[in-house]
Amino acid sequence: MTRTAVPTAPGRIAREAVSRLVGGGSGTVFALLILIFAVIFAINPSFAQPPSMLAFAKQAAPLVILAVGQYFVIVSGELDLSVGSLVGAQVVIAAKLIDGEESRTVPVILLMIAFGALVGLVNGLVTTVLRVPSIITTLGTMLVLYGAIRLWTGGAPTGALSEAFRRPGRGGIEDLPVIGQLPWALLIALAVGAAALALTRSPYGRTLIATGDNDTAAAFSGARVWRVRTTAFVLSSLLATAASILIGGFAGVTAQVGDGLEFMAITAVVLGGVVLGGGRGTVIAAMAGALTVEALFTLFNQLFLPSTIQPTVQGLIIIAAVGYAARQRSTRSP
Amino acid sequence: MRIPRALLAGGAAMSLLLTACTTDDPDSADAGQELTPDEEWFDAEEYENQLAQRDIEPEGPEDEPWLQAIEPEMADTSEYKLEGEDAEEPTVCFSNASVSNPWRVTGWITMQQQVEVLQESGDIGEFRVSDAADDDNQQISDIQAFVDAGDCEAIIISPSTTATLTPAVEAACESGAPVIVFDRGVNTDCMVTFIHPIGGYAYGADAAEFLVEELEPGSTVLALRILPGVDVLEHRWAAAQQVFGDSELDVLGFEFTEGDGAQIKDLVTQHLQRGDVDGIWMDAGDGAVAALEAFEDAGKPYPVISGEDELSFMRKWQEEDITAIAPVYSNFQWRTPVLAASQILNGEEVPQEWVLPQQPVTEAELDDYLERNADMPSLHYAKFGGEDLPGFPDAWQDR
Repeated sequence: MTRTAVPTAPGRIAREAVSRLVGGGSGTVFALLILIFAVIFAINPSFAQPPSMLAFAKQAAPLVILAVGQYFVIVSGELDLSVGSLVGAQVVIAAKLIDGEESRTVPVILLMIAFGALVGLVNGLVTTVLRVPSIITTLGTMLVLYGAIRLWTGGAPTGALSEAFRRPGRGGIEDLPVIGQLPWALLIALAVGAAALALTRSPYGRTLIATGDNDTAAAFSGARVWRVRTTAFVLSSLLATAASILIGGFAGVTAQVGDGLEFMAITAVVLGGVVLGGGRGTVIAAMAGALTVEALFTLFNQLFLPSTIQPTVQGLIIIAAVGYAARQRSTRSP
Repeated sequence: MRIPRALLAGGAAMSLLLTACTTDDPDSADAGQELTPDEEWFDAEEYENQLAQRDIEPEGPEDEPWLQAIEPEMADTSEYKLEGEDAEEPTVCFSNASVSNPWRVTGWITMQQQVEVLQESGDIGEFRVSDAADDDNQQISDIQAFVDAGDCEAIIISPSTTATLTPAVEAACESGAPVIVFDRGVNTDCMVTFIHPIGGYAYGADAAEFLVEELEPGSTVLALRILPGVDVLEHRWAAAQQVFGDSELDVLGFEFTEGDGAQIKDLVTQHLQRGDVDGIWMDAGDGAVAALEAFEDAGKPYPVISGEDELSFMRKWQEEDITAIAPVYSNFQWRTPVLAASQILNGEEVPQEWVLPQQPVTEAELDDYLERNADMPSLHYAKFGGEDLPGFPDAWQDR
């Protein structure tokens, strides 16, 4: 398992990236994505028109951002189950505190960011310092947030979001020729993707991947494992906060917002060929995984399959993707 | 390494194409939408009965719909009359299924306010409550705990599910205390009174009949449903299927949304990409605004829509001047059980099956209801019926 040896020259980084894309476990997701879109276009040609594609991008953007956050945690060898609950909590907090007042938008968003960072910090420190397995830590956080929000609001959300809060998730640059509206959500997701890509290429990103691959070796080579992993949890929670702003903006407040998103995000990352247990996989493939999951559910919808089938399919995808990755690894490592 | 991957991708391709072919092939014109209600959820006699009840003038005080009843058959309660010391501040126990949605939260506040009034007058003493958080087992043991405690002078139950809770309700009846069941029913008639609005068939039919009336023949209708398998919701859909089946409307299909705004918006957006949608039928109003926003964002005219008397929807309806109706599952029913408890403990007659009125909010009443609820939060229900309680409006605003 020394494939993630730290590259030294830019040329090698590029070659590494290309070989990951084409030859690694991540290649499949792109093939699958293209294929699903081909089938959707064949069934419903109107979906290929720019406005429809942009509507799809707008709606998929939150999951892409969540997948990026989940990627950082998974590649470092951990798991974050708390993101779905955190998204729900953040939207409910925003609605309750803003309560329709435009002037409160920015302060509340700042508060949400602080709250997100705090949740990530707790997840990270409990996992690394107290050595509670992350699946338990974040499962606990998920339940704590779920319960605390219901306790705080008396069972169901109250209040309302402001127009300004809703703009990033719902609005965009209007009246463009051909494409109509260019959604802010798409631009935000692209920015997050670019930043994440830069981060994985930075010293921190390489340490993160090395930690996920073998934390003992990483510790011996001077990495402060607890700090690296805690930062990954904080990133995940911050990105979940960003996703909650987009989701709240997209559709407003309902009691169910955020439900099941953690599994959507994990499905996306795993489908992108990122290995559970850490150390392998690219952030680009994780994002493509998110798009593939969304595209797949869009396809089901186009086929008039009931949406209740989604969890079953998600479960099958997780098992198939992890099984496939495991088989690939076992043939490769000797 | 390359061959297996190619094989896998190829396999995935084949299976996707095959599913596409098989599902898309034969009669994709109407995608095979069944408009015959599922027998499991459709009782023709009860359906006719509920539809008829909508037109019957309820008995009781006109300005207090929570005390009205449709065709009541009164039950004698003299055996439960408390005398002497017992009659002073009797303990009433309430097993609540949950407060997990805004409708239940609104009703729960109303009930607490009503209890305060009754406590002030001495009709009720302690009001003991347990919340089962939608867990059948929890509610069964909650009810058992009330029975075991032995000092509940009356037991009020809002069951979480019908079949599973039936034995627990029977056990409560056997304890000798009068039992009052409201909202969802159980398969026994051992309770003194069962309080509920007309029901799901009437709700679904109110919504569907409005769409049939307002839309031209041949118009397309999309149905948005929360979940399968919940009786009150299945009854609404069964009634709608019955009404749509006899109409000239083209029902595109139904989608399960879990009441999640993001899913609703996504699903409606996708339907709009495929073609026009002229009407939206919903089995509950949660997320109706998200459905309307999908039309806004796609640049399409608003559909004719049936929502619910939830304020976020009603405000949108007024602002945008939409053609809409708000069927009502009378939220004021939460006042009735505690009032019934005090009547029963005074030995007064109560209806055996207490059918409360259930009138949809129409265009004509919209402004009036919005004005009365002007200070209420958006996830509040217009027909909550608590305007005359002392805690109004703070108790409902500050939740």
